[in-house]
Amino acid sequence: MSTQSNTMADTASATQDTASSAFPSTRIFAWSVRRELWEYRSTWIAPLAAAGFVMLGFVISLVRISGVHMITNLPPDKQMALRLVPYGIAMAAVTITSVIVGISYCLGTLYNERRDRSILFWKSMPVSDLMTVLAKASVPMIVLPLIAFVVICATQLIMLPLHAATLAARGQDAGSLFVQVPLLRSWLLLFYSLVTLALWYAPIYGWLFMLSSWVKRGPFLWAVLPVVAISVVEQIAFNTSYFVDLVKYRLGGSFHEAFVDFPHHHSMGFQWPTPDPVRFFSSPGLWLGLVVAVFFFGVTVWMRRRREPV
Amino acid sequence: MPESTNPMLSIEAKGLRKSFRSTVALAGIDLRIESGRILGLIGPNGAGKSTALNAILGLIPYEGELKVLGRDPWTDRDALMRDVCFIADVAVLPRWMTVAQSLDYVDGVHPRFDRAKAEEFLGRTNIKRSSRVRELSKGMVTQLHLALIMAIDARLLILDEPTLGLDILYRKQFYDSLLNDYFDHSRTIVVTTHQVEEVQHILTDLMFINRGKIVLDCTMEAVEARYTELASPPDQAAAARALKPIYERQAFGRTVFLFDSADRAQLAPLGEIRTPNISDLFVAVIGNPTVQEPGSLAA
Repeated sequence: MSTQSNTMADTASATQDTASSAFPSTRIFAWSVRRELWEYRSTWIAPLAAAGFVMLGFVISLVRISGVHMITNLPPDKQMALRLVPYGIAMAAVTITSVIVGISYCLGTLYNERRDRSILFWKSMPVSDLMTVLAKASVPMIVLPLIAFVVICATQLIMLPLHAATLAARGQDAGSLFVQVPLLRSWLLLFYSLVTLALWYAPIYGWLFMLSSWVKRGPFLWAVLPVVAISVVEQIAFNTSYFVDLVKYRLGGSFHEAFVDFPHHHSMGFQWPTPDPVRFFSSPGLWLGLVVAVFFFGVTVWMRRRREPV
Repeated sequence: MPESTNPMLSIEAKGLRKSFRSTVALAGIDLRIESGRILGLIGPNGAGKSTALNAILGLIPYEGELKVLGRDPWTDRDALMRDVCFIADVAVLPRWMTVAQSLDYVDGVHPRFDRAKAEEFLGRTNIKRSSRVRELSKGMVTQLHLALIMAIDARLLILDEPTLGLDILYRKQFYDSLLNDYFDHSRTIVVTTHQVEEVQHILTDLMFINRGKIVLDCTMEAVEARYTELASPPDQAAAARALKPIYERQAFGRTVFLFDSADRAQLAPLGEIRTPNISDLFVAVIGNPTVQEPGSLAA
């Protein structure tokens, strides 16, 4: 009798030990994300490289004298638009680079760990499949946009004083530059754009994740060819292009929904885009996309649970 | 108290089945592995060893009943992995990882990881912290993996062909480390390997599996008590054969017989008596379909 109760007490305390010895999920999540960045160093090297090339071009443009005299003769709004161009290029180059890196990451991450069999090592650690997929999904959804934001801000922060110093060295009005290039305002717009873009692209990332966790070879072909196939069948069978339009609408980015009257007409001169968060967050496209994304990521977790090395 | 929560049982299976499409990988096996044992799971290629281990590790769904440390490995895998560790294959460590990163990562996610212990073990090797796994030799990768795994205070360790493709020095060192630095009679180790003779001396239990079925399941003491090898000169061979050996082979001009549950006093005059080694027993049991159904001496 006493042995019986001792055994029960031991079992109970052992269970308690097991429960209390688990690390908090935030810690597991943080380490899981960190190891993704170790493995996929392009997540931060590529945006930095893009920024580096923009800086290179910018410095060369500052050294070249021609064009500077022309700018001073232009009307103020045209002058401002021209002066903003390199800052806009920096923003676009780094953002596009980070989206490309994100797509390549999504296609590779769950496929590569099966191909090199390292999935067997990851699965020997007390990290659940849900946690793994969440950590991986946070790379294109959170980490890459954040890296892009920081890199763009830092790049522009270096560009502006260089720009001003060059103008001052040529005896031009450098002070007007700080008015014409309002960095804080552009950073707020950038942040809004990156957040809406990440949410808008969630179903695309989810689709790529699902294939990455599923297929035995050629995840890129699996990601692209079904889209082409459906488009072709629809075009021939019904002579319509709803599916192609849907894909274009999604790939075209969040800007149509997230800003008032996007794109702007150049004939009207430069205008800062006006964010329209109410429209964006009430657009069916966003919410349908998110539902589809949750489905794709759900299938991904299911696949990660069951798929073996390829 | 339900039987399955018995703390002395590390693994318990009843009618464990697994089929892939039309192929039956596990044909309903029963297992009872107590804590503190070192079990060798031996079988030819495709016998179902890896399938059994994958089911135990919660890597694949299965039919039948299975409890590992009192938990269902498929539904309760996340909790189970804090108490179970495994090396499923050689060279599965991520090739891009540095040695230092692997220590940081396991330290980061595993509550039972003792970093100092892993560092101490690595200190006895030539592995540099700054090396990437892809720069290490196959033997060093296994040493690193073993250093990581042995520093985890797990209750069950599963090793599926952990030394495949390594040279004999690394293989011997691997099992010596396992026995001397890791095993402490409260842990359970299950190991599969093709190099049977190298694990023979560390095992406490032996299990043969063939075509999805367990064909032998007994302790090493029982193996010694039950099986006898007899090397007979040619003139005694006929007499020995009359005692119904389960297997015979020719070696150095003598006939070597393997007897199951034979009377050693009866065999002694017919030649030289030995305890068979596992690989001969394996060939006799697996290669001979007439051997009686197993399990009669199990635990």
